[in-house]
Amino acid sequence: MNTSPWIHLFLFPGLLFAVPASWFYVWGERKATARMQRRIGPPLLQPLYDLVKLFGKRTPSRHGFEANLLRLWPALSVLSMVGAIAMLPVFPGGRGFTGDAIILVALLEIPSVCFILAGFTSGSVFAEIGAIREAILSVACNVVFLLSIVTIAVSGRSFRLADLATVSLNPGHWIGVFGILLCIPAKLRINPFSTSSAEQEIYSGSLTEYAGAALAMWELSHGLEWVALTGFVATLVVPASGPWWLHAIQFVVISFAEVLLLTTLASATGRFTLERSIRFYWRWAAILAMLSISASIYMRFLS
Amino acid sequence: MNLLKRFMHRCRRKSPSLFHLNTGSCNGCDIEMLTCLSPRYDVEQLGIHLEGSPRHADILCITGPVTRNTLEAVKTVYSQVCEPKAVVALGSCPGSCNVFAGSPVIVGPLSKYIPVDVFVPGCPPHPDAIIAGIQRAAEILADRGVSEKAKGEPQR
Repeated sequence: MNTSPWIHLFLFPGLLFAVPASWFYVWGERKATARMQRRIGPPLLQPLYDLVKLFGKRTPSRHGFEANLLRLWPALSVLSMVGAIAMLPVFPGGRGFTGDAIILVALLEIPSVCFILAGFTSGSVFAEIGAIREAILSVACNVVFLLSIVTIAVSGRSFRLADLATVSLNPGHWIGVFGILLCIPAKLRINPFSTSSAEQEIYSGSLTEYAGAALAMWELSHGLEWVALTGFVATLVVPASGPWWLHAIQFVVISFAEVLLLTTLASATGRFTLERSIRFYWRWAAILAMLSISASIYMRFLS
Repeated sequence: MNLLKRFMHRCRRKSPSLFHLNTGSCNGCDIEMLTCLSPRYDVEQLGIHLEGSPRHADILCITGPVTRNTLEAVKTVYSQVCEPKAVVALGSCPGSCNVFAGSPVIVGPLSKYIPVDVFVPGCPPHPDAIIAGIQRAAEILADRGVSEKAKGEPQR
């Protein structure tokens, strides 16, 4: 379906869908964690209450270049996530251009970069520790993330998202999807890879000094990251045929199923130390990714 | 009160974030407070959650009789919490210094230094009492957000 880019940006899967969906996913994560711990958990509107309350806080007035930078990072993070979500090939036969997968990967990386820069800009010791941890973890998990995407691209013989979104029986495609799934906990900073935002040890890491509306923007950005990353995997596994509305429903259902899967992983594991997280990505996941990409390139030469 | 203010009042009442500060407590009240987060009491269903940084919090939960060493920390952390905010004094210690009264290292009670909104007496208080106290503080905070202007800016 050849829809207008404005629909993608503002209606579906853009702003009008993504913002309520981010609240729903965050609620789903908190509720599922609570149910797994035999608690009742928060009400459905809890993420909305939290966000609106933060917008109503009176924050200390800061002036100067650093203050503007501190406001810029969460805004940039939210904008890049909205852009990434709008690029997702939800509908079959959509627009797109050669190489848009590379832009999507770059947009998905911006929140992490903003998180690191926010930590260094705020000047707090705890924020700097959080930023350093995030930087190290981001380098480790991105090797696997990029190799997985290249594996999918080599198997699909294209860097165009609409081509990659058609499910193939090629094993390289599925190994790539598995590799991306392995990286999502580190990108979302949830257990077991949550060292960079550990609230008990380093007072929430990079966001220690944030308050009020700027913190609310970070919360929104985190929710949108959930939508973008789970949505990206959902587009890779939804079958290509069928009417557009079926695609939209499958997209939402698979994304939410991924949220539940990641929540189960997060509540079943404790927080890894930084060293252990890096060892996991460099030693196990990177080897898997290297093997899969070599196999995909070899199979391409064979065929 | 127009619709927007009423909605904001509801959001503030339904989403109190706590910052927990120990000012020389024996840990009894701290353990009782953490019990509130456990499956038996589950305060998350009321929207209550613990925050790591005072900047992110609305309600300051203070335990302990305020020792000389922690006094500056209490004042700093209180000023770091953004308006509208509320303070809950957990246990008998912040209210009356309890059995530590008269000690040369104790400079309490807490209300000499910062305004306290809710006292939850007990040594230690029951988790039900703590939850009731936090809920009361959330209502005070929501009313304050609607009625009052900012008294002063939080410390940088």
